[in-house]
Amino acid sequence: MATPFIQMQGIVKRFPGVIANDQVDLTIYPGEIHALLGENGSGKSTLMSVLDGLYQPNAGRIIIDGEEHKFGSPRDAIACGIGMIHQHFKLVEPFTVAENITMGAKNGDFWLSTEKIKQEIIGFGAKYGLHVNPNAYVWQLSVGEKQRVEILRILYQGSRLLIMDEPTAVLTPPETAELFSNLRRMTEQGCAVIFITHKLNEVMELADRVTVLRAGRVTGSMERSQLNPNQLVQLMVGRDLAGRSKPIQTELGPVVLNVDQIEVLNDMGRLGLRALSLSLREGEILGLAGVTGNGQRELAEAICGLRHIEKGSIHLHGEDITNLNPSAILDQGVSYVPEDRLGMGLVPDLTIIENLLLKNYQQPKYSGRWLLHAKAIEENAAALVEKYNVKTPSLHQPVKILSGGNLQRLLLAREIATIPRLMIVVYPARGLDIGATNDIHQLLLDLKANHTAILLISEDLDELVALSDRIGVLFDGRLAGEFPANEVDLDELGLLMAGSGQTNGGEPNAI
Amino acid sequence: MSDSTLVISILAAAITAGTPILYAALGELLTERAGILNLGVEGIMLIGAVSGFIIAVVTGNSWFGLAAAMFAGGAIALIHAVLTVTLRANQVVSGLALTLFGTGLSGYLGKSYIGIPVPSPFTIQPLGFLTDIPVLGPVLFRHDILVYASYGLVVFLWLFLYRTRPGLFLRALGENPAAADSLGSNVFALRYLYIVLGGMLCGVGGAYLSLAYAPSWLENMTAGRGWIAVALVIFALWNPWRALVGSYLFGGIDALGFHLQVSGVTVSPFFLNMLPYLFTILVLVFVMIRQHGRLTAPGALGLPYDREER
Ligand SMILES: Nc1ncnc2c1ncn2[C@@H]1O[C@H](COP(=O)(O)OP(=O)(O)OP(=O)(O)O)[C@@H](O)[C@H]1O
Ligand SMILES: [Mg+2]
Repeated sequence: MATPFIQMQGIVKRFPGVIANDQVDLTIYPGEIHALLGENGSGKSTLMSVLDGLYQPNAGRIIIDGEEHKFGSPRDAIACGIGMIHQHFKLVEPFTVAENITMGAKNGDFWLSTEKIKQEIIGFGAKYGLHVNPNAYVWQLSVGEKQRVEILRILYQGSRLLIMDEPTAVLTPPETAELFSNLRRMTEQGCAVIFITHKLNEVMELADRVTVLRAGRVTGSMERSQLNPNQLVQLMVGRDLAGRSKPIQTELGPVVLNVDQIEVLNDMGRLGLRALSLSLREGEILGLAGVTGNGQRELAEAICGLRHIEKGSIHLHGEDITNLNPSAILDQGVSYVPEDRLGMGLVPDLTIIENLLLKNYQQPKYSGRWLLHAKAIEENAAALVEKYNVKTPSLHQPVKILSGGNLQRLLLAREIATIPRLMIVVYPARGLDIGATNDIHQLLLDLKANHTAILLISEDLDELVALSDRIGVLFDGRLAGEFPANEVDLDELGLLMAGSGQTNGGEPNAI
Repeated sequence: MSDSTLVISILAAAITAGTPILYAALGELLTERAGILNLGVEGIMLIGAVSGFIIAVVTGNSWFGLAAAMFAGGAIALIHAVLTVTLRANQVVSGLALTLFGTGLSGYLGKSYIGIPVPSPFTIQPLGFLTDIPVLGPVLFRHDILVYASYGLVVFLWLFLYRTRPGLFLRALGENPAAADSLGSNVFALRYLYIVLGGMLCGVGGAYLSLAYAPSWLENMTAGRGWIAVALVIFALWNPWRALVGSYLFGGIDALGFHLQVSGVTVSPFFLNMLPYLFTILVLVFVMIRQHGRLTAPGALGLPYDREER
């Protein structure tokens, strides 16, 4: 085999109370695509941040081209040809694409010569097939485009190793396919790639070699060709996955939610939903597929009373809840698990106990006339954490230190505990490992068996097909098509998501 | 005095009165562009005014005084940098503490200098043929050297912010320090640099008061100009040109009140003293309405940066 490009040896990284990386070794060869796998919280992002110079390891060595290097900051890593795209993009939103990319230039001139930069970006784009408009502002771009800007920036820095932390978590299937072909083209030019993912099919499709982490330690590092998905699961989880129960055909009860021809504005003040109608019955899961930005958020927020409804009406159990205030709607048994867990669902700096209290602090069990009943609150929190298997060092930790899967379990625990009659979940498994995804899906199925009506909004077609009774497609604020889940044709769904399916001639289609 | 010469003299006075505010506002603008809010401007100006005055009296040279004011302003701002960048203290608290500290310290240091004249204050130096331009000439080019320097500073800062690479990084620092960091710029060192530079400019603003505008030392002689400068940075939407316009507006109100009093219009001086602050409030209301309550403030303004923070 060729000589290694990068060797990480015995890396240890501790955070207060946790060892995120424990004696980790990782070897990267020039021009390879290396997949890094592991459950939520197994230390993947931490390891890559060490390699990027962002985190200082407590022990261990980094050897590049046979020479040991100490990284004091990302600047040192960049000098060694290492560039990283983080789970949360690090772009300056109010800047243009050109400005963002030129910031990565190694030795740029003192004066900004925007014209020259634009020419270079277009040239680079042509070479790697990465096309972006250099004049666009970053905040105007879709997630996939932002990612392209990040990649361009790293290539522009002259990097020989591109690290991508869960690049596909936020991409649609076509965007993912495009990313993969771009990555292949880059490796042909001699660039190595490390990518983190939770999706095994992506590993099997793209990777040359695979390294698996579990609880901060390496449990395996080998050629992709010597592996099958089951072995990968074994390495990641340490056991075989318990299969989740098949969605039982529950008796569908009466109609719970009836949305009738609503129109809602989006954040830009344009129509976000156009005469959209749907209805949902007790014990039913209605899946809504669609590319982010086609009205998902607007729909969820309109139902919960967080967004003004311009036209149309929403009925819950036959009662008109159109434009009621959110607390009145929540009191009717509506639960909402938003896509933005740490921004909207939970309060990052409050403790686990406090976050669990947010929805039921008014109940006499938990609060008296003036004071909260600390003991009852803590007992309730402890019980929920236990029941929903949230992994945390203590109940008094701020929730922002939890890993993605645990955040989602905590949020669902709080929402399910209220025994909702209608549950709205948006991208419930985004960024979660397979184990956690399984658990979350099981929770939703249990809820369904409990006669809750569930509106499941997701980009993941497999997830939708596995859970839903019916699947609709959201495109441009309308419902484009509706299928019973067992008759669904994935290709047709894909076409509808891209907006190229046959539409019903603008007629509002209730499903 | 004919009407036109009256207008010209009021406009010229507006520039003189606006210059200390302009220096302070540019200093604060630089600091806030780096993502740090410094509410210590008032205190730093006072320290600049008193130290510039003392050194000018002791050495007999106002240039030494100016240098001392810059040094003192930078030094006080350095305290803010240590507190907010390294120790990640709350920026509002730290800034307010600096203002209280600066007010007290300047009063203490300047006690025995009250009533002493500056040996050689900065005086008006008309800029040759430029003063012959009708209206603009006497308004813009019949000032002391510090005013001319402030024109240059505005042009320079504007070019620096929008036309140079370090300026781009400065803006990134205030918008998204994590992005600047991951691109290899040293967030901590740069924030220190811009906080200290900003403090030096505030110091100059103070020294302009005690060495040029009203060459003397009076306790609390900034009289709230530091606070006006802070508000002005918002009005200016973090743009040096708009800071210049805003400073001269405030200077104009100052000058107008003075002229009214001199010309014998019977308006309470308390009312006139109140005007700049009333105007500050109106300006803020106006800006907020124009911006629909959404300011284009640097995105990370006021937030400490910690590389390993989640
Ligand atoms: N900045 C931090 N401060 C404190 N603890 C942290 C920090 N970053 C990570 N951790 C902890 O270190 C462990 C590893 O976290 P890391 O983010 O590396 O996991 P991951 O494998 O990337 O997980 P995911 O798949 O959810 O992204 C977790 O227990 C996490 O809580
Ligand atoms: Mg991660």
